[in-house]
Amino acid sequence: MRFRCKIVDVSCLNHFTRVVNTITKLTKSCTLRLTANNLYFILTDKVANGGVSMWCELCQANFFDEYQMEGVSAEQNEIYLELAPENLSRALKTAQNAKAVKIKLTNRHCPCLTVAVELPSLSSTSRIVTHDIPVSVIPRRLWNDFKEPTVPTFDVSIYLPTIKTMKSVVERMKNLSNLIVIEANRNGEINLKIETDLVSVSTHFKDLGNPPWVSDDASQSSTQERDTDVMSEATVDIKKLLQFLAGQQVNPNKAICNIVHKRMVHFIFLHDDVSLQYFIPAIA
Amino acid sequence: MSFLSQPEVDEDQYVFTCSLDNVRNLSNILKAIHFKDHASCFATSNGLKVTVENAKCLQANAFIQAGIFQEFTIREDSVVFRINLTVLLDCLTIFGASAVPATCTALKMCYQGYGHPLALFLEEGGVVTECKIHTQEPEETLDFDFCSTNVLNKIILQSEGLREAFSELDMSSDYLQITMSPDKPYLRLSTFGNAGSAHLDYPKDSDLIEAFHCTQTQTNRYKISLLKPSTKALALSCKVSIRTDNRGFLSLQYMVRNEDGQICFVEYYCCPDEDVEDGDS
Repeated sequence: MRFRCKIVDVSCLNHFTRVVNTITKLTKSCTLRLTANNLYFILTDKVANGGVSMWCELCQANFFDEYQMEGVSAEQNEIYLELAPENLSRALKTAQNAKAVKIKLTNRHCPCLTVAVELPSLSSTSRIVTHDIPVSVIPRRLWNDFKEPTVPTFDVSIYLPTIKTMKSVVERMKNLSNLIVIEANRNGEINLKIETDLVSVSTHFKDLGNPPWVSDDASQSSTQERDTDVMSEATVDIKKLLQFLAGQQVNPNKAICNIVHKRMVHFIFLHDDVSLQYFIPAIA
Repeated sequence: MSFLSQPEVDEDQYVFTCSLDNVRNLSNILKAIHFKDHASCFATSNGLKVTVENAKCLQANAFIQAGIFQEFTIREDSVVFRINLTVLLDCLTIFGASAVPATCTALKMCYQGYGHPLALFLEEGGVVTECKIHTQEPEETLDFDFCSTNVLNKIILQSEGLREAFSELDMSSDYLQITMSPDKPYLRLSTFGNAGSAHLDYPKDSDLIEAFHCTQTQTNRYKISLLKPSTKALALSCKVSIRTDNRGFLSLQYMVRNEDGQICFVEYYCCPDEDVEDGDS
């Protein structure tokens, strides 16, 4: 099992740092899956984290100038690591104006991701800061737990409004309530609603547009025939939603929300070479 | 169909409606009196007065004159209700509290009368928020009986002069002692804390002092914990009028200029803590 990679380009480094920071805001611990072409940050739906799951996919070629990996075996050419993204994020913080950053899998006392940051210096000898981030290698028999989630059969798929506006609305609503109802229809409308003993608040976004999903799934096409004004809704933990909205630093080109009526909300953020999916289960 | 147009369908059912093009003209001034969860609201044809009290010793009033609102309709002589101010402020700032240039949140506020919720309709960039905040039984507010004929001393200051003083106050002191006098030291703020006493004097001819009408030397102590919330109003204001009456009651009137250049007032009344002999220091 071998892994080493190198980032030289500053914009790639900043971009990678932003992705890692976003992951850090979402979870204390996650799985890093390395394949020949991609990196994945994965959080599976454990009850301990409120049933939230995350799937973040990065194309290695768009970030790294050098990327070598050798998996467990030739036919299963992958590596699964468990790590605290905060550690990686902290290591990258020192790399803000680095000349180069090397990340490799090492074994010092325990398995580590070693982040070697080459900092600019005035003298001819360069300064190198090394961070050893402890990781645990996930054995092959558990790999099945980290399968790519299937896009659920949703009732509504809709583009999200400006994240900034939505974040500010959800932030205020969080002060007032623990639960939020997200509802949307096929007519480009999203409503965010809270209701407590003291106050009821509902915010209406319109003209958002519904992404065209090409689906051969019979159940999905049948829902398409429904009245476009019918709302599908899900009640979710407002803190989980805010965590996602407030933590994201990737500024997606496209942000999509899918709602499985009374079951879950599924967010997809697309930014060129990064895709981030986030699933929040509905609370009955 | 716009959500904002909905309440106009049967406008008659509301005893009180008002609208603002820029909600911050209301929310900012309410923040200046937000030191307790609950507030009493009084609407008359003159405008809206919001009152917050603490410990029966402190009262803060925010006045938003009818002229500040783009529309202000009241169908009764006066409309009174009590409301959770924290919730109201969260609703008013739902699209964000900070001033972002070129974005304004418009507000329409409607109240059907006793027992009904206060309805808010906010709109920014085509996004509409509706809020219904439950109102509560109005409670009687304190009457400080602060009458201008009983005022002994009055000083009008530029707020920056007092802001500096308040930011440097020794918060370990329980009291702020205010001395106002026609003779030296004219205006003195004193604290008595763990690290010793501090006195801050303003000369009568200071540029910061706009008006000086003191008739009698008066020294009174006020609990710092009570006065502290007033710094929120101080931070917003451009001028402050400090008055004390013959009982030693303190009135702080803050003149606040809103984003559209209009003037509003926030007023704090505070009871003195105890009688202090004249000249004692």
